[in-house]
Amino acid sequence: MTQESAYPWREEGATPFISIRNITKRFGNFIAVDDISLDIYKGELFGLLGGSGCGKTTLLRMLAGFESPTSGSIIIDGADMTQVPPYERPVNMMFQSYALFPHMSVEKNIAYGLKRDGVARDEVKDRVADMLAMVELSDFGKRKPRQLSGGQRQRVALARALVKRPKVLLLDEPLAALDKRLREQTQFELMNIQDRTGVTFVVVTHDQEEAMTLSTRIAVMDAGRFMQIGEPAEIYENPATKYIANFIGSANLLPVTIGAKSNAAYEVQHVLSQTAFTVSSDQTLNAGDELTLALRPEKILIDKSPLADYENQITGIVREIAYLGKISTYRVETPLGVTLEVTAPNQVRPKGTGHRIEWDDEVYLGWNTDSAILLKD
Amino acid sequence: MKAKRSRFLLGMLCFGFAFLYVPIILMMIYSFNYSKLVPVWGGFSTRWYTTLFQSEDVWAATALSLKIALLNATFATMLGTLAGIALSRLHSFRGRTLFTGMISAPLVMPEVITGLSLLLLFITLNQLIGWPAERGITTITVAHITFSMAFVAIIIQSRLAGTGRDLEEAALDLGAKPFRVLWDITLPQLAPGMVAGWLLAFTLSLDDLVIASFVSGPGATTLPMLIYSRIRLGLRPDINALATIIILTVTIGVLIAGWIMIRQQRASAQDAEHT
Repeated sequence: MTQESAYPWREEGATPFISIRNITKRFGNFIAVDDISLDIYKGELFGLLGGSGCGKTTLLRMLAGFESPTSGSIIIDGADMTQVPPYERPVNMMFQSYALFPHMSVEKNIAYGLKRDGVARDEVKDRVADMLAMVELSDFGKRKPRQLSGGQRQRVALARALVKRPKVLLLDEPLAALDKRLREQTQFELMNIQDRTGVTFVVVTHDQEEAMTLSTRIAVMDAGRFMQIGEPAEIYENPATKYIANFIGSANLLPVTIGAKSNAAYEVQHVLSQTAFTVSSDQTLNAGDELTLALRPEKILIDKSPLADYENQITGIVREIAYLGKISTYRVETPLGVTLEVTAPNQVRPKGTGHRIEWDDEVYLGWNTDSAILLKD
Repeated sequence: MKAKRSRFLLGMLCFGFAFLYVPIILMMIYSFNYSKLVPVWGGFSTRWYTTLFQSEDVWAATALSLKIALLNATFATMLGTLAGIALSRLHSFRGRTLFTGMISAPLVMPEVITGLSLLLLFITLNQLIGWPAERGITTITVAHITFSMAFVAIIIQSRLAGTGRDLEEAALDLGAKPFRVLWDITLPQLAPGMVAGWLLAFTLSLDDLVIASFVSGPGATTLPMLIYSRIRLGLRPDINALATIIILTVTIGVLIAGWIMIRQQRASAQDAEHT
């Protein structure tokens, strides 16, 4: 393979860079990580996403070497790392707390890892200066960590973890300690730096938006297992379970019974109200199966006048409106007996009140056959 | 109503301070008493200070006490720090519970028992291997180290328990071997705790009368031992003078330490403002 693919995971037989094989980690009776396997490819920015206690941090710590797995093995760039201590792994980690050494200056913090490797003094100086320039902190080398702001500390931590040119960089909630505006800006900086250095990043986060923005691929974890692994769009558009559909973004979930099939679309019936919809699906389903129909709020069109060209249409009454500026979220009471969440962009600046959807307005909701998906569990 | 309560509080505060400091002030005043009888005021004089400075055995006892305190503080800090690190950083080793219990035993052991058992140990050792040849500075120092070490270990342990392992793990991650991490990261983090432990061990040793009395020999008299033996023969004004000097020295020490701490706090507060 001369030209490296931008999406190596899409190809059959591509060589993984990090290979996690049947890893289990028990703490006493508690199983933190439960027999999971995962391949990560060179140059990826891989996101481990999950709520607290799902095992994502334990997995990261096993990659770093701070915890040793109860069973299974970790292979990085062809070498078995399972029993290798952290100080001999070609892996560096950026801690959630940043863990900058408070008694050392910024320069010394960054130089620490290079000195441990016995790099010549001149080279240490050059590489530290390069890293400081990359994170735009060249004037701050002599300062102590406590003299820096949160965002600056975060960049020092990143520089310190990257200066040894690790094969893999592990990031534990890298943006959690920053405020919202800084977080968004830093996200792009991280992606930029990852792109320039070509280092494989593994990012642990509980923030689904952060995972979506940063990652080439995401693994959603719960109770020590992977629930789904895929590209952000794939996970968003084709969530494997109801849990994921709700955890990544939000979704209206309706229990339905499968009916007749026609043209790769199924006739389904809402269990509660017996209302019929059509949903396209490439799964093989039997009539009478009970599944869940998942419908993202932004995939429903909302209007005050009847809609043309939508296979599925219902009416409803607006009960709540959350105006978020660029979009609005409506909660619409429907004859189905359920309230549906619908979001719509605020495309037109309303002049007067005539066109705008208001509380208690009667509205028409519509969506296409391929807007909804059917979930088994 | 409010004024009444605050007057009450003020009264209690004054009472509290009086309870603490009036005896000391009285003693300091009486150290300038001309009269040989302690409770009888015979006019202002510094004659007892002169007597004190001319007394050879007071100088000798002071020197011995300081020497023991210095040695004790230094060794107790080294051993206590290692014990504290072992207690809080090594999570499972054989006999950990036993070790924890044994470390804190000297804290609750009555001094008389510690002193007696150490005395028996030294006598037995002398009979078996001929060391210590005689009891004195060595035996007192060893005895002091055994109990002050426990205090240092507790200080270090609590300080380590309060800080996460992130810094140490970061150093490991950057390629430092465990011993290197201890030297580069753990010990600098512990420096304030070690200074506190050293000072505590130093004072514990200076104060100790009971254990020193048990394990000392005929030739070695520490300052507390000297004071106690003189007091037994009746109140003496030169002891008041000695006590006054000790109190002033300690006060100056505390003031300097406080001043340094305040200055450091101000400096770091200013640093924080820079950003």
